[in-house]
Amino acid sequence: METIILFAPLVGALICGFGWRILGETAACWVATSLLFLAAFLSWIVFLGFDGETQRIVILRWIESGTLTTDWAIRLDRLTAIMLIVINTVSALVHLYSFGYMAHDDHFREGESYRPRFFAYLSFFTFAMLMLVTSDNLVQMFFGWEGVGVASYLLIGFYFRKESAGAAAMKAFIVNRVGDFGFALGIFALFYLTDSVNFDVIFASGAELAETQVRFLWTEWNAVELVAALLFIGAMGKSAQLILHTWLPDAMEGPTPVSALIHAATMVTAGVFLVCRMSPIMEYADAAMTFVTILGATTAFFAATVGLVQNDIKRVIAYSTCSQLGYMFVAAGVGVYSVAMFHLFTHAFFKAMLFLGAGSVIHGMHHEQDMRNYGGLRKKMPYTFWAMMIGTLAITGVGIPLTYYGFAGFLSKDAVIESAFVGSQYAFWMLVVAALFTSFYSWRLMFLTFYGTPRGDKHTHEHAHESPMIMLLPLGVLALGAVFSGMIWYGSFFGKTNEVGTFFGVPYEVAEHHDEEHSDDAHSDDHGEAKEEKAHYNLVGAPGEGAIYTAPDNNVLNEAHEVPKWVKVSPFIAMVLGFLTAYQFYIRRPDLPRRFAETNWPLYNFLLNKWYFDELYNAIFVQPAKWLGGFLWKKGDGATIDGGINGLAMGIVPFLTRLAGRAQSGYMFHYVFSMVVGLVILITWMTMFGGAN
Amino acid sequence: MDNLLSIVTFLPLLGAIILALFLRGDDEAAQRNAKWVAMWATTATFLFSIFILTGFDPDDTGFQFVEERDWLLGLQYKMGVDGISVLFVMLTTFTMPLVIAASWNVTHRVKDYMIAFLVLETLMIGVFCALDLVLFYLFFEAGLIPMFLIIGIWGGANRVYASFKFFLYTFLGSVLMLVAMVAMFNDAGTTDIPTLLEHNFGTQTFSLLGIQIIGGMQTLLWLAFFASFAVKMPMWPVHTWLPDAHVQAPTAGSVVLAAILLKMGGYGFLRFSLPMFPVASDLMAPLVLWLSAIAIVYTSLVAMVQEDMKKLIAYSSVAHMGFVTMGIFAANQQGVDGAIFQMLSHGFISGALFLCVGVIYDRMHTREIDAYGGLIARMPAYALIFMLFTMANVGLPGTSGFIGEFLTLVGVFQVNTWVAAVATTGVILSAAYALWLYRRVVMGDLIKESLKTITDMTRRERAIFAPLVIMTLLLGVYPALVTDIISPSVANLVSDVETAQAAFEATTMVAEN
Repeated sequence: METIILFAPLVGALICGFGWRILGETAACWVATSLLFLAAFLSWIVFLGFDGETQRIVILRWIESGTLTTDWAIRLDRLTAIMLIVINTVSALVHLYSFGYMAHDDHFREGESYRPRFFAYLSFFTFAMLMLVTSDNLVQMFFGWEGVGVASYLLIGFYFRKESAGAAAMKAFIVNRVGDFGFALGIFALFYLTDSVNFDVIFASGAELAETQVRFLWTEWNAVELVAALLFIGAMGKSAQLILHTWLPDAMEGPTPVSALIHAATMVTAGVFLVCRMSPIMEYADAAMTFVTILGATTAFFAATVGLVQNDIKRVIAYSTCSQLGYMFVAAGVGVYSVAMFHLFTHAFFKAMLFLGAGSVIHGMHHEQDMRNYGGLRKKMPYTFWAMMIGTLAITGVGIPLTYYGFAGFLSKDAVIESAFVGSQYAFWMLVVAALFTSFYSWRLMFLTFYGTPRGDKHTHEHAHESPMIMLLPLGVLALGAVFSGMIWYGSFFGKTNEVGTFFGVPYEVAEHHDEEHSDDAHSDDHGEAKEEKAHYNLVGAPGEGAIYTAPDNNVLNEAHEVPKWVKVSPFIAMVLGFLTAYQFYIRRPDLPRRFAETNWPLYNFLLNKWYFDELYNAIFVQPAKWLGGFLWKKGDGATIDGGINGLAMGIVPFLTRLAGRAQSGYMFHYVFSMVVGLVILITWMTMFGGAN
Repeated sequence: MDNLLSIVTFLPLLGAIILALFLRGDDEAAQRNAKWVAMWATTATFLFSIFILTGFDPDDTGFQFVEERDWLLGLQYKMGVDGISVLFVMLTTFTMPLVIAASWNVTHRVKDYMIAFLVLETLMIGVFCALDLVLFYLFFEAGLIPMFLIIGIWGGANRVYASFKFFLYTFLGSVLMLVAMVAMFNDAGTTDIPTLLEHNFGTQTFSLLGIQIIGGMQTLLWLAFFASFAVKMPMWPVHTWLPDAHVQAPTAGSVVLAAILLKMGGYGFLRFSLPMFPVASDLMAPLVLWLSAIAIVYTSLVAMVQEDMKKLIAYSSVAHMGFVTMGIFAANQQGVDGAIFQMLSHGFISGALFLCVGVIYDRMHTREIDAYGGLIARMPAYALIFMLFTMANVGLPGTSGFIGEFLTLVGVFQVNTWVAAVATTGVILSAAYALWLYRRVVMGDLIKESLKTITDMTRRERAIFAPLVIMTLLLGVYPALVTDIISPSVANLVSDVETAQAAFEATTMVAEN
């Protein structure tokens, strides 16, 4: 069954991409879509029926060289199962949605068949993403990792006539490759250290690596820190974390279904998945994980600030994605991998929904993306409005404080923030502020788009229309996820340690004896009758046992449940503040934003220009690389090497020419001549001295 | 068939002789006949070579299909293949029919053209099969003559300069290699390669012109061979002949040059430098590793600013050959496996890329990148194939390009992390230049008037690409097809080299104490 899930999208991509001339366009697209629905259906069966036992299914031999052996294989554990449903569900819905969204497109000429190509790319992407998450070794994971990169490249550049799309596609691929550079070195280092690239071996060696020093570049490193850091560089690229985030906003050049699937729900979360997958290594790398936490928190904050002022509806959501990925990394960084996966899981639903909702707006507004030209669309697009509303309630984290009732984002985001409080004060405060900003920009988006009076082109507004049913249906399904996924799976991801342990297939034990040693935790079992209920458990799985590993001294999950009340309420307060500010700015006093921007123009421009990262990188990487290339070509190859050798040659050649008897027939002759002379010398020598030895 | 190797080697020559003796005239019929004769000769060669593959026993690390007979002047004619060379023979016989098919539109001196390519094929196969120094030298050096002619007669406007440069570079290397061969014969008393592989060349440090030569005779011999093979690879900084030669060569010439001729340097390192002079190889490894790493970064940067498509791909070839030399001199299983894999894979990929250039060059008669743009609108099949090979060129997993790069880097990381890190930046830079090329040629809006009537690939062109596409993907997904054949021989080679190096270290330790 796992094999069918894995290959159904590939088969769909091939049939759709190559068979559409025979099948017809629409039929080909339906083949791809139905195969995706099949995969999604089977994924849910696997997910719900999964017993926590890690399985391994070998498909084919792959790279074998000496001690390096890898197979094409499926590793099925809870992490994989979660990713399977996320990927296939969202992908199937996005396929369906695309029938409506891609029905007509002004970027293509009359009669151009772009739809099968689009569906084939989407299905191919899904296949690559599945390869990434089902891999049982790092190299196959790298295959998926780069495969999704290519699919992303192809889909961002899908509107090939647009110069900006070509540029964005290239940028995405190259920036991702900077991350891959780290990832690849991480794989090399792990192979060097453990003599294997397979997870089973690597996971078992974490403790040993923590004791190992390894020479890398200029100095000695702790092996496990080095590996963790290198792999995280890969995660930074794929998940658009600060420093390597610049490609994600530009990636919005792709069609909106692509943004929903690849640049919100699935591909960009691959970095988080990698960190969780490598938890048996990461757990030993304290310094690297501190870095992950800090970088994640900073990204969450940074991206949220930029999101405050963007005018392109998709860019707002893109920065929002970037910011939410930061949340996930914080959770992973402080050592609560289950919470990172929780936020990944819920985020996939509500963010895909926000993107598809935005796509519905864009579709209805004839590809207008600037929110300054929206306004008052609530009436024209009621279903889209309600979908976006649910998405916004989910992302901003609306729920009843101090209970387990709320939208998906309420539960998962609060779980992240509570974990962050235990692990890092810096991360905690960054995330709370980011939550405020998230609320502000999300409501800003809602107010600018659906409330107020229509702005911009009158004609466009008159023709604004609700999207067809085939686009609304996926929104409805995702809405279910955005509302309920948090409440249903809260216990599994962030409930009691024993629940989490069961869910992820990690053994646990009651932590009484632990409490005796550490009296600071003693209040948990002060009353005998409450003991059963309040008993603490610790995860005690060996590395590689179950889907995640937590070190014996990692008690963050338990402590996160014990944080003070004000910590638990703080994200809610931040959310309310953000909402009120946005309400004040965009509903009650619509003149305020402009005045605010004018009086604080340096800050406004700083944010609008995304902290000038693009300009900075252009100045310190792109331009120097081009200049260096030109310099090495003209001065290095041209003047120095050719100049030197030709100069030398000009002295030798005439001399040889004279030797060769003033031959007229050019270099050819010299060559044959020298070769023959050489042979003669060789043979003469051999016949004369051959017997000597 | 006891003389299978000779049949495969000389079958193309037979075709050339038939053409030379029996084909008269230069009318259309004669031209067509010349093409078909060449096609049949190369195809038959390929079919015969399949018997080599099927009869080859990978677990036998010695030479197989060995033929040995007396020849002129007391010399030996000795041929044979092992796990290292057999696939290069296959690469050659596989590529040549495609090269002939790609030359179907040649109109100038067709008969001579086909003769040149057929002779070239014989000489190239000979290089990979020769088991005698003199025979090797003969094939190795003579192979350049038809290549000269191909560039010189059917080449571009600046062909004289290109062949001049080509000549200069190769000349010095050849002379030194010749001297080294004489010295080897002097020392070992034979030109028989299997015997020489068993021979221990002196490693005693001696002083020459006041310079201490560590590693003694091995080092000198190693350097002499290095001079020749480094140019052939080509390695930085003796690579500048390659872009010029590629630019001037006709499409088919470029394909042969990139796919096969460049591999002779790498093969030479594997057949001579590493196994015969293991101690010197060890001493010189840092030099080679660093030259390779520099080559990867340097030529990738240079490739980024090229305006001529062929030059860009030529520079990218130099970068890819950097992975090969790096892998070979990492001298471990992954490094050497990876180097051989990279050479084979580069044969398909770079050959295909030059063919891609040829496809649009045939239509527009220019290789200027700026002359194109937006081809995807009118040439979707071309866009797809070019995309595939662009991605293979940047080493995308799932294509053969990945396996070689990955294994060589894994191999080098174990030896020198600095070199590995510098070389790994190649994954970023190669993406930059390759996608930049693709974007400027294929993506964008088709606005140039001259391109508005350009047509997609013909059936013949698709048929040429089909085998290359299959090989690139097949080897990317199931590399065991190659590694199963090469690994035993490589393992043998690597352990021999390690033993020799360990023995040398033991003696120097003793000497120091």
